Parts: sequence; structure tokens; C-alpha cells
Amino acid sequence: MHLYDWWFVIIAVLWVGYFFLEGFDFGIGILTKLLARDRAEKRVLINTIGPVWDGNEVWLLTAGGATFAAFPEWYATLFSGFYLPLLIILVCLIIRGVAFEYRAKRSGESWQRGWEEAIFWCSLLPAVLWGVAFGNIVRGVKLDRQHEYVGNFLDLLNIYSILGGVVTLLLFTMHGAVFAGLKTDGAIRVRSRRVSLISGSLGAMAALAFLIWTQFDHGTAAGFALLIVAALALIAALGCVHAGREGWAFTLSGTAIAAAVAMLFVSLHPDVMPSTLNPAWSLTVSNASSTHYTLVIMTWAACVMVPIVLAYQAWSYWVFRRRISTRDIPASA
Amino acid sequence: MQLAAAAADHIRLAASSGQLDLARWQFGITTVYHYFFVPLTIGLAGLVAVLQTAWVRTNKPVYLKATKFWGKLFLINIAMGVVTGIVQEFQFGMNWSAYSRFVGDVFGAPLAMEALLAFFFESTFVGLWIFGWDKLPKRLHLACIWLVFIGTMLSAYFILAANSFMQHPVGYAIDHATGRARLTSITEVLFQETAVTVAFHTLTACFLTGAAFMMGISAYHLARKRHVAVMRTSLRLSLVVAVIFGIGTAVSGDSLGKVMFRQQPMKMASAEALWETQCPAPFSVFAYGNVAKGHNSVELSVPGVLSFLSDSDFSSCVPGINETNHAEQQKFGPGDYKPNIPVAFWGFRLMIGFGMVSLAIGAVGLWLTRKRFWLSERLRAQRGDPDAVPLLALTKDRALGERLSPWFWRISLLTMLLPLFANSFGWIFTETGRQPWVVYGLFRTEDAVSPGVSFGEVLTSLVVLTALYGILAVIEVRLLIKYAKAGPPELSERDLHPPTRIGGPPSLPGPRAGGGDADRDEDRDDEDADRPLAIAY
Repeated sequence: MHLYDWWFVIIAVLWVGYFFLEGFDFGIGILTKLLARDRAEKRVLINTIGPVWDGNEVWLLTAGGATFAAFPEWYATLFSGFYLPLLIILVCLIIRGVAFEYRAKRSGESWQRGWEEAIFWCSLLPAVLWGVAFGNIVRGVKLDRQHEYVGNFLDLLNIYSILGGVVTLLLFTMHGAVFAGLKTDGAIRVRSRRVSLISGSLGAMAALAFLIWTQFDHGTAAGFALLIVAALALIAALGCVHAGREGWAFTLSGTAIAAAVAMLFVSLHPDVMPSTLNPAWSLTVSNASSTHYTLVIMTWAACVMVPIVLAYQAWSYWVFRRRISTRDIPASA
Repeated sequence: MQLAAAAADHIRLAASSGQLDLARWQFGITTVYHYFFVPLTIGLAGLVAVLQTAWVRTNKPVYLKATKFWGKLFLINIAMGVVTGIVQEFQFGMNWSAYSRFVGDVFGAPLAMEALLAFFFESTFVGLWIFGWDKLPKRLHLACIWLVFIGTMLSAYFILAANSFMQHPVGYAIDHATGRARLTSITEVLFQETAVTVAFHTLTACFLTGAAFMMGISAYHLARKRHVAVMRTSLRLSLVVAVIFGIGTAVSGDSLGKVMFRQQPMKMASAEALWETQCPAPFSVFAYGNVAKGHNSVELSVPGVLSFLSDSDFSSCVPGINETNHAEQQKFGPGDYKPNIPVAFWGFRLMIGFGMVSLAIGAVGLWLTRKRFWLSERLRAQRGDPDAVPLLALTKDRALGERLSPWFWRISLLTMLLPLFANSFGWIFTETGRQPWVVYGLFRTEDAVSPGVSFGEVLTSLVVLTALYGILAVIEVRLLIKYAKAGPPELSERDLHPPTRIGGPPSLPGPRAGGGDADRDEDRDDEDADRPLAIAY
């Protein structure tokens, strides 16, 4: 294995981290409409991720920055090629971040309602679009000899990638509902089970269809193993939700997301962005990567920093481990 | 047929140059906008950390009130800084893919390190700080804001090192096979003279920005005799910081100028609208000229000063625009190597002007509100009352009267905007002054845009982001005004007595206080479950 193969693994790990963590953030955002019955319950949901959503989102920035450093060609092609979807995602992330921070800063009805709408839609759209984007990355896009994307926006909307979007939407919703079950108390905790089971069952069906399709297209042994892991984890997660084992349910729904994302990366390797026009024009781990020297520097940075980051992020979750219920929400604002 | 093909070519060319212009406008708008929040965030993080340290060390409620008040304004700001920063991370790939391919091997590393070292730090600990008031022991909670502050400074350093590579590329080689830049020394990229100097200049300016913000809002309340205790403390702190870091900004700006005279003579000649080489060269206070013909028609200048600014000698030569352009043509081939001269000239002047005026107002304020130095016993005695608006002592025995004092407060209030303008003009100057290069001497801006992105796509994102940023600016400023006007919050017993262990009960005096055995602690945790969160979104 070359150093750039390891970097492919690191990039995959960063995306897994991102989808694991912001997956439930997006889910919580979507559930403010599906699960919460009144404003107090909405606030319960928002406060389960209040202290941590920003740190979770940094996994995306790190994945972006690491791709720039380790695979500049991939970074350049991916973000210039997926221009409009990325723009929508960025706009949503901007509005959503401001919404979390500003919603409670005024007490007016229309002010709060407006930000609540923003939280819902700006969680839903990225949850779908990330799936669409990854579907296209794995499926391959129209890249020319210079690795420039020559397709258009509509080329990105195909059945496979849209199915990918449905999968991320449903899995993130389930992941968020399971997280809500773990982090809340009272009526909302009880109701979260039903939402977890429904979104999880639908998500499991969509995910299986998507991953089996991927397996038929790419057919690697490791991919198959991860497919099995994802499937089993999803089924076990549903079982744990049903049995009221919330901690296990969350671990398993996270495992399912991680295994599914890992499977996509395994199917992709050694390409990072296959060209549908000519396989010789595909971006691969070797032709997209930085030089050995840069990768060595970045390896040091990653090996030192990632464990430290994981340690203090985990600590912040531990500090805010207490369940939140409507009784915890102060009346003001 | 040929005509149609030529017309089509022409349209394509126009669209691609239009795409370049739009991409440049987009980068300019998003970056200048992002940079309204960055220096305020860095400056306020430091000031809030200092105030909270004062609270932890002295236990005086006035410091806690000040911490909470400025902390809230800081949070309103950092939220905008964070979300607009996301666009910064991705727009290199979106609009500037050719640039990303060319420099990725060098430029990506500091960006990734920024995310790994700084962004995680800031975001995790700011979450702990916001929600940790009633969860963390006092000192641990204090450590969180210091870590946020360190994170913001680290973040600034990495991105400035990356920008310094664009200003003065070092630690790279051009790869023969690909024709692209290849990193040869990360330490050179991270610690070259340009990066260190620019970081010093930028960070001092950030503290000046934060201090001016604090000064302005303190002045607003003091003029109305409201929240006097908190605002007095804040005013003094901000004046001291403004003066120290204002001087620091000027000194570091001077060294940065000298570095730039060596590294980018064209930028500095343009900053002065110095068309012909002069020995000694004058500093131009005002100039109006004809860019196409290459001369100034009206000019007001001070002889010798520019020579001194460029290398500390009143008689040395400073190369002019025309000669530098000629030298660059010899070096890089035919072409026009002049940046937009009026933008560089006025950007440079407005940066210095706004910065210097803020420093001067800070110095005047520090003098007027002095506590001991050259002050008669009578005025010193009146100063002693912590709940009185500080007298503005002009001379030893004379304070500013009823008519002049309000003017001082008004001017101080306006001063809060001046460093923000100075920062923006500084960046506009240094980035446009480097044109036509995106990486000086290596890569031109016109070659840097994404070839696969259409005019319509860039137009869409430019319109969407500008509109969104405009709306958010209105929301943010109104929120800032609301919270700035509201003044510091009333403190509750819980605020004054944070827990002594993580997640523990408040350390309230009375029967509930004290260590107690483990069982009782458990009981107390259960009781606390009924207590609403101190901070909730």
C-alpha cells in the first residue's frame, strides 16, 4: 500500500466521522417537524445537539481541507464539478448554523418560527444532497482528459444517485431519532422509538437496494463484507430500538452509517472519481494525490491531531451526557 | 459561417472573462464579508478571556457581568464568522479549480492543518463555554474560553501562512512533469518572514478591532450613565488594549511595508502612485492621476518619507511603477504587470488612516480617563467612586465640560467601526496590489479560474451568496444592537456559584454546600434534574 492509499483511508475516515456525527444533527433538524409536537419539544431536540453541532460540522471542513492537501486534483474536480449542489449545501449550512445560534436570541413568534423552518429545510436538503453527491462520485461522472467535469447539473440527477440521496435522508433521520431516544427524556423519548423504527425500516430497505446495486457495479470482497456489516447493524439497531436498548441502538445505527460509507469508499478505490467518458481519464489515488513529501507532513499532522481531537470531542459529549426533557427548558425566550 | 464562428468565439471569450470577473467579485465579497467577523471574534475572544480571568481571580461580580455581556456579543459574532468560513474552505475548489490544482500540494497543507488544529479547537470549546456555565468548575470553564482564543489565533496563523505563499512563494519547486508547484519545505512555508510579519500585523489589528468595539459600546452606555460599573471597567481595558495594539499594528505595519518593498515592489509603488523611480522618494498624501498615461496630475507629498518607510533611510531610491513594470516584463515576458493603481493607492491610505485615527482616539481616551498620572487630588477623589461615570480630565485640574464630554462619547462610539474599515481596505489593498498574479511571479489570476464552471453558475452563486450575506448582515447587526443596548444581565445566585465538579450542583453557600459523602452527592444530582438548564437554545 502506498502512502496515498493510506490517505484515501484517512479521507474515508473523515467522511465517516462527518456522516456519523452530522448525520444525527441533520436527523435532529428533520425531526423538529416529525417528532416534536410543540415549541418546548423542538427546543429539547435542538438542545440535544446545541453544544456539539459546530464541532461535528468541522469534520466536513477537515475532510475538505484534507482532500485539498492530499488529493488537490480531487478537491478541484469535485467542488468545481458539483458546483450547484455544493452551493445549495453551503447555503443550507450557513443558514442552519445561524438558525441554531440566533433562534433563541429574540422571543418574537415569527422570528422563532422562521428559524425553525430554516433548521428543518436546511437539515433536510444537505441530508439528501450528500447522498446524491456520493452516489455520483461512486457511479462516475463525465470527466475529460484534464479531469475537468464536463457534464451539467441534470447529469447529477440519475436514479442511482437519487436513491443514494433517499438513503442518506432516511438513515440520518433514523440516526437522529435514535440519538433523540438516547438524549431526551419524557414523552418525546417514547415517541422517538416509533420514528426510529419507521425511518429505520424504510432506510434499511433503501440502503440495501443502494448498496447491493453498488456491489453489482463494483463487486469487491471487502465491499461485500461491509455490505453485510451495514445490513446486520441496521437490523440489530432496529431490534435494539424495539427492545429499548438506546445506547446499543445508537452505536449500531452509527455502525451502519459508517459501514455503508466505508463500502462506498472501498468500491471507489483505487479511483477517487471515475470518468464515465473514458476510464483512462478517471481520477485515481495516484494521479490525484499530492507528492510524497506533502503526504508525509500531513500524515504526521493527522496522526498527532486526530486522536487528540477525538479525545476532547468525546469529553465534551461526556460533559453534556445528561438527558434533556421539557422540564429542563427554561421558560424565557 | 466564419463570421458566426468568430462571433461565437467572441461570445465565449467574453463569457469566460466575465466568469473571471464574477469569480473575483465573489471572492472579494465573501472574503471581505467574512473578515468583518474574524478580527472582532479574535479580539473579543481575548478580551472576554481577560475579563473572565479577572472574575475567577478576584470573585468581583462586575467582572462576571462584563464577561457575560461581552461574551454574548462575541457569540453573535463568532456564529457569523464560522458559517461564512465554510464558504472560504470550499470556494477555492469551486471557482478556482485551476489554482487549486496548481498550488494544492503546497497550499492544501496549511488549510488542512487549520481545520485539524484550530477549527476543532474553536468549535468544541466554544460549545463547552456556551453551555458549560452551570456544568463546569470555574477554572475549567475559564480554560475553555482561553482555548477558543488560542484556536482563533492558530486559525488566523495558518491561513495567513497560506496567503503569504501567494504573496511571496517559498519552500516549493515547480514540478517538471506537471508544471505545478510542489512543496519542498513546510517549515519555510509556515515560518517565512512574510508569514510571521503579516501574522503580527493582522493579530495586533484584530485586538485593536476588538478593543475599539468594546470602547464604542462602553462609551454608548457611559454617555447615558447606564451600567456604569461594568462599562467603566470595560472602557479602561479597551483603551489600554487599543493603544498597546494600535501601536503594535503601526509598528508591524511598518515592518510589513519594508518586507513588501523588497518582495513586491510593484505593490508598494502602486500604493504610493509613484510612477517614476525617485531618490529620495516622497510619501504621497494625496494624488490624482492618469493611469493610462502613467503619471499623476495633482499630488501632495512629503519629501523623503517613502524612502524612509521602504528601508529606514531618507535618501534611498524607491523604484517607480513604470520601471518596475519594465523590469517585470523583462523577467516574465511581455504584458502589463500593473495592478489597479487607484484601488491600491486609496486602499493603502484608508487602511492607514482609519487605523491611525482609532489609535489616536484610543490614546486620547486613555489620557482623558487616566486614574493617577498628572491629576489633581480633587479629580482623583471624584474618580474614586466606581459607580460614577469617569470624569474626562483634560489637564491636571480641569475636566471636559458638559458640552464637550458628550462629543467624546459620540466619537468613541463611532470609533468602533473604524478598524473594521481599516481591515477591509488593508486586505483589498494587499490582494488587489498583487494582481495580475494570484501567486506572485508564478501564476496569474486569469489562469486560476475553474475552466469547467460556467458564467451562469458563477453568477448564480454570486447573486445567492451576496443576497444571503446581505440579509444575514441586517439580522446580525440588529441583534448586536439589541444585545449591546440591553446591557449586562442581572446575575443569579447560580451564576455566582458555579459547580465545583463537572456536572455537579451549584456551590451555593448554606446548608447545601460542602463536600458531603458520595451518596448525598448522588441525591443532589437527582434533585438537580429538576433544575432547568442555565443556557438553552
